[in-house]
Amino acid sequence: MSGYVASLLSVIGINMILALSLNIITGFCGQVSLGHAAFYGIGAYTAAYLSKLGVPLLLTLPAATAMAGLIGAVVGLTSLRVRHDFLAVTTMGIGFVFLGFVRKQKWLGAELGISGIPASGLDPLAYALLIAVAAAAVIAFSLWIKQSWMGFTFDAVADDEDAALTVGVNVPAYKLTAFGIGTALAGLAGGLYVYFARIILPDTFDFVQSIAILTMVVIGGTGSVWGVVASTVALTLLPEASRAASDYRLLIFGTMLILVMRFSPGGLAGMARSFLGSYRARRRAAP
Amino acid sequence: MTALLRIDDLHKSFGGVAAANGASFAVDAGEFLALIGPNGAGKTTALRLMAGLLQPDSGRIFFDDRDVTSLPTHARVRLGLGFTHQIVRPFYSFSTIENVMIAAGHRQTESPWRALTARSRQAARERAAAILARIGLAGQADQSPRALPLGQRKRLEVARAIALDPRLLLLDEPLAGLSSAEAATMADLIRALPQSGITVVLVEHNLGEVLRVADRIVVLDGGGVLADGVPAEVMARAEVRQAYTGTS
Repeated sequence: MSGYVASLLSVIGINMILALSLNIITGFCGQVSLGHAAFYGIGAYTAAYLSKLGVPLLLTLPAATAMAGLIGAVVGLTSLRVRHDFLAVTTMGIGFVFLGFVRKQKWLGAELGISGIPASGLDPLAYALLIAVAAAAVIAFSLWIKQSWMGFTFDAVADDEDAALTVGVNVPAYKLTAFGIGTALAGLAGGLYVYFARIILPDTFDFVQSIAILTMVVIGGTGSVWGVVASTVALTLLPEASRAASDYRLLIFGTMLILVMRFSPGGLAGMARSFLGSYRARRRAAP
Repeated sequence: MTALLRIDDLHKSFGGVAAANGASFAVDAGEFLALIGPNGAGKTTALRLMAGLLQPDSGRIFFDDRDVTSLPTHARVRLGLGFTHQIVRPFYSFSTIENVMIAAGHRQTESPWRALTARSRQAARERAAAILARIGLAGQADQSPRALPLGQRKRLEVARAIALDPRLLLLDEPLAGLSSAEAATMADLIRALPQSGITVVLVEHNLGEVLRVADRIVVLDGGGVLADGVPAEVMARAEVRQAYTGTS
């Protein structure tokens, strides 16, 4: 396997973990977040900083996950006070606060970020496989949540928070759990990214990145694990397919978002369900 | 009899208007109590204060001798204090049976950790199916609540509340918007609740049905208690007729 394929596999895996992590917050629990890249960044900066101190990968990745999840749970407290578009604007503000903070911290490299990050100790292919295993674990965990009572309860919270209270659901606890899990997994993606790129820059975790993650979730179908997996693969490979697609990535992503919202709000998963439904109906109608 | 629910000198104002103004009364276990009064008397406010959807400015609420005044709604529900909304609020992304299942599985949803480790929905499905059958919605189990007419949606709201195993159920105008035939069916349904160990507090404008089903009536006016007693006796009082019907 060439270095290019290993690199592509790594990027797909990292994006998949990121998109699935946001899917838990926005898709499962219905809490809009426009600042998810900040938690990706918190994980990345935590892992990068610790790795430069000589801490091994086996410890930096859990630390990145825990730091992002902890700060994410605190940020999740805002979701207890605001809802819907107010929450979207608040989380967007959190993304800006994160960027504003790291850009001014000399100990975090300020505008230049952190470079000279030690190698993971694995060759590129082995590291790509490690990322693939982590992505597979996040897919399995997402499916577990979806099929458990937690997924069922998240659905109720996403549908109507006030009605959920009257069926005894501790809505604040569930929202904080969604934020905690989702942001922790974004931190894991950030930690994995650090050993892949070996350099991190503040702009990697900006608002555009948050929107790119959200695009993967929306195009896949908010709440659908397999839809998000498919859209992540497609949207990561698209810029690789041609130079033009790479140059016009934002334009293409934006256009796709508009088209999905207009014609198939359920995303790829919604389209697949609709196609399967009509196929089954045709088969039943056939003599 | 012992009081299962007691509210003590409740006050609640909205922009200087007192919706609860020293209301105090108790509800005995197994009782069917109706809260009535003219528009603006404070009935729904009293119910929302009891359910924890509003916090009182002053006064206390006791459930089973425990002070629940500062407890949030979900915690009161878990103590056995159920509630149905005046305007029905089913989960529209769920089917009818799933609406009842989420309540029937209240032990699984007690905490996020417990919910994460619990997967089987079979027991909740069976219990929900039994409740839907009892309430006359078995045929609509797999339908979306959007497809149900108002009368059936109101019954679904009651089914969901029953699935929580409440000891006391607060019903906010369950007959509102129903035809007289639907209202009578719904009234019969909720009249039977005390037989299964559920104490009922009903807020309702439909006086005919209230008088038919309630054991006791509390009349609210101006946020305070105007009268309290058995239906025939309370409705015969001059001050009640004056306040409630506008005639003496």
